[in-house]
Amino acid sequence: MKTLYTFVFAFIFLSSSAPASAEHLPASSIPATDLIQPAELAANLKNASLPKPLILQIGFHNLYAQAHIPDSEYIGAAREEAGLKQLRDRVAKLRKDAAILLYCGCCPWSHCPNVAAAYGALHALGFSQVKVLYIAENFGDNWVNQGYPVAKGE
Amino acid sequence: MAVVRMIAVALCLASSAVSIANDNVLRVAPDFTRTDIKGEVFSLGAYRGKLVLLNFWATWCGPCLTEIPRFISWQRTFGPQGLQIVGISMDDDVAPVKRAYEKYQMDYPVLMGDPQLAERFGGVLGLPLSYLIDSKGRVVARYQGELDLKQLESRIKSLLPRQ
Repeated sequence: MKTLYTFVFAFIFLSSSAPASAEHLPASSIPATDLIQPAELAANLKNASLPKPLILQIGFHNLYAQAHIPDSEYIGAAREEAGLKQLRDRVAKLRKDAAILLYCGCCPWSHCPNVAAAYGALHALGFSQVKVLYIAENFGDNWVNQGYPVAKGE
Repeated sequence: MAVVRMIAVALCLASSAVSIANDNVLRVAPDFTRTDIKGEVFSLGAYRGKLVLLNFWATWCGPCLTEIPRFISWQRTFGPQGLQIVGISMDDDVAPVKRAYEKYQMDYPVLMGDPQLAERFGGVLGLPLSYLIDSKGRVVARYQGELDLKQLESRIKSLLPRQ
């Protein structure tokens, strides 16, 4: 399934002159095996013995500035070409087996315009250890209001 | 019978506790003044006396865009009775908001939000998010997520003065 997904994304990204077309991919297209639940991620972050992935927020700055996962980096909205470029630039020097975690939380999962685009872009580049935080409703309800760690600001 | 009474009292206390917890989010809408995307001064306080539906939205939010035509329709239908729709966009840039304003022919004030304004409303950490604010500036309902438009229309009608 993952191989097929990578192939499809690679085809889209390499053959299209308009990479922003990936924005139309629904979040549900991300394989369930590559999703992580908020409770699991919060527990992992709390566990000092576990290696921390590179955590990237690929949503909107107004959301990130209000609340984000501590140590996560703001990249930009992956639904837009500018955001995808930022994402590609950020991972350009990383090993393809680097652990990367993506999240957004702008709106209900089925409507999120960013996560599938970002996930697809990383797969097209050959990254094999990409996980996406499954945020069912929004970052407020599913992360902040659950009492999980939050940072504010730029 | 006494047991039934005790259970009833316990249920009442429990439900009022939930109500207080929910109300704790925001009781009175904060007043603020901004320039809207048409360049006109907007002040929420100026709408005291009206029923205000304050809608946080964004051009990238599918469910938000679905709601806009209905808001326009409500503004036309219920505006004369005292309803005022207000849109606060959480887009990072104003350009797509102006395009959407023209495209949908939005006939109510639209202004740009930011983290500071969002903070005053308890945070806008997901869209859509709407507040129904009564004529005295009290928050009577908070709706996080996609609206049940039929239900909200009934609520609006019930809060507007009868003609």
